[in-house]
Amino acid sequence: MAVPRRLLRLFVVGPPLLWLGLFFLLPFAIVLRIALSDSAPALPPYAPHWEGWSRLGAFLAALDGETFAVILADSLYLDALLSSLRLAALATLLALLVGFPLAYAMASAPRRWQTALVVLVILPFWTSFLIRVYAWIAILRPEGVLNLVLLRLGVISEPLRILNTEAAVLIGLVYSYLPFMVLPVYAALERLDRSLIEAAADLGAPPLRRLLTVTIPLAKPGILAGAFLVFVPAVGEFVVPDLLGGPDTLMIGKVLWTDFFSNRDWPLASAVAVLLLLLLVGPILFFQRLAKGAAA
Amino acid sequence: MAGLPPSVPPRKSLGNIRRAFAPWANPAARPLVTFEGVTKRFGGVTAVDDLTLAIYPGEFFALLGPSGCGKTTLMRMLAGFETPDSGRIAIDGQDLAGIPPYRRPTNMMFQSYALFPHMSVEDNIAYGLRQEGQPRTEIARRVAEMLALVKLEGLGRRRPDQLSGGQRQRVALARALAKRPKVLLLDEPLGALDRKLREATQYELMDLQSELGLTFVMVTHDQDEAMALADRIAVMSGGRIAQVAPPEVIYENPATRFVAEFVGDVNLVEGTITEASEAFVSIRTAPEGLVIIADPPPGLHPGAAVTVALRPEKVAITHAEPPQAVNKLAGEIWDIGYLGDFTMFQVKVGGEGGPLFKVALANRTRRVERPLAWDDRVWLSWDAEAGILLAG
Ligand SMILES: Nc1ncnc2c1ncn2[C@@H]1O[C@H](COP(=O)(O)OP(=O)(O)OP(=O)(O)O)[C@@H](O)[C@H]1O
Ligand SMILES: [Mg+2]
Repeated sequence: MAVPRRLLRLFVVGPPLLWLGLFFLLPFAIVLRIALSDSAPALPPYAPHWEGWSRLGAFLAALDGETFAVILADSLYLDALLSSLRLAALATLLALLVGFPLAYAMASAPRRWQTALVVLVILPFWTSFLIRVYAWIAILRPEGVLNLVLLRLGVISEPLRILNTEAAVLIGLVYSYLPFMVLPVYAALERLDRSLIEAAADLGAPPLRRLLTVTIPLAKPGILAGAFLVFVPAVGEFVVPDLLGGPDTLMIGKVLWTDFFSNRDWPLASAVAVLLLLLLVGPILFFQRLAKGAAA
Repeated sequence: MAGLPPSVPPRKSLGNIRRAFAPWANPAARPLVTFEGVTKRFGGVTAVDDLTLAIYPGEFFALLGPSGCGKTTLMRMLAGFETPDSGRIAIDGQDLAGIPPYRRPTNMMFQSYALFPHMSVEDNIAYGLRQEGQPRTEIARRVAEMLALVKLEGLGRRRPDQLSGGQRQRVALARALAKRPKVLLLDEPLGALDRKLREATQYELMDLQSELGLTFVMVTHDQDEAMALADRIAVMSGGRIAQVAPPEVIYENPATRFVAEFVGDVNLVEGTITEASEAFVSIRTAPEGLVIIADPPPGLHPGAAVTVALRPEKVAITHAEPPQAVNKLAGEIWDIGYLGDFTMFQVKVGGEGGPLFKVALANRTRRVERPLAWDDRVWLSWDAEAGILLAG
């Protein structure tokens, strides 16, 4: 009994498409609908313009993109967005600087330890993200663990003010997203053919040269995947800047939260979310292009 | 010349020169590479066991031996990828202990080629030269020269994955040669090639080696390859060297039973010396009671247990009893294997339960019907000098 190829393909492609439609496209459509509504003192607090295909004409007539105009007019949103991109980029770079040596050490460890090391990297996920970020407050506070240790050691004479600064946000972001950097880089390094490193050494390359000319170029797909996995969620991160950041830490996730819950301006918050998503398409395409180049 | 097919590479005319090249026989010659009592263990496995060896400048040295006997380990210690547990390795009199691979005057052609997949053929070949900090123009010149040497002109821009297996192997060779190392290490360099390409490359290797005057150390599983290429062959077994000698000595004068069996085909007969004189020894084989006459070896006396090793091609096979042969045995043909250039006969000697002798007969005519057939009663005969006497 021959199952038609088309039918077979539908079975293979169907479930992921259904998943995407149900949990990505549909919610996105809902958010877009809210973004194109007017704020109203109602429950939920908006008056939708879009009321189905039958009222398409009325919808198009009322379409003013008012919320988007507000966002573009108020420099707060642009600043928050730029600041988010900057912090996320910095966090990605730091995660790479910390994560690469970590992944390298893991990949060079004796084979029988490697599974245990991978488990250790993802072990923090066993506890709640929120609790782990709270824990950083206890560490970074003026009278926190870090300052206590540094004072005792005589490295500093008065407590450092780290909590509620951008530094704390960076620490939090790097800490939270480090596993997403370490794991793909480790996977790439672990796959790397040892004899290539030996060949480079044999041809006269000392350790640092080998790292730069062989190891890193061959680990590039892993590095790009890691950078992508850290950067994209870090841009929209809310919990870390909210708990560790100060009043002057501007991140788009926090702005969105404030608009949504404090100001109860759902259409505006939704518009911010839509813009953020569209803006992230750029970096996504960029990473994809790079990864394609690295794979070829 | 006109009659020869063009694909047959001209046999090297170096035969005589090679014969004259024997620094190992000259006590004044200074070896280039020396291993002194080198041992390497991996956990419980002793990969290389108290091994001593000297390789001379300009030598083409082959390591031959069964799988797992420590050939690769020996090479990797020379290249610096493994550290000996004890003993000393030196190049040009300089002890290599503590010198990392990137500062050793050796280059290795890896068994897996280990070409950098993210670099073009040119960049692969230039890699070693760039580490030396050579000027750009010099690097370009050397790369072009190397590409010409391995006949890959025009493929310099390709990536390794755009090459055939044979082409990759040439790139690996060019990359290892580009720096003109004092010692070039080749770990089964031609393993992946088909026979034709393999033979062609063997000649190229030989030419290269004599042209550049480099010292080659090559691991191979293929004894024909070792015979064809090497000035000397080291036959290894269990991390030790069973014999180091020129190919013809390894073949005609194996030092041990292991070497005799490992290199080429051989008939082995065990027996005891019954009579020894200046002119000959007489050996009586154990259960069958056959008598074999051989040239007298030094230091073996009546009563000593010996093994007689006899190469199949040294034995003549005839229907008629040879009247004057020193050694002759009657037997019956059990099996005939036609191998093209020669035919291998298995002859049962001394009736039921007797030993099987392998006898090789060159096929010197194109006649297909052979006078010798299955179950024929035949005579085997050989000279006194044909049998090799091995202790034990
Ligand atoms: N890194 C290693 N760890 C543990 N054992 C090893 C290692 N390298 C080699 N050995 C062992 O040492 C012995 C010699 O290995 P080696 O690779 O030198 O053999 P070889 O003569 O090159 O064999 P082959 O002809 O199959 O390549 C083998 O028993 C092998 O299992
Ligand atoms: Mg080997």
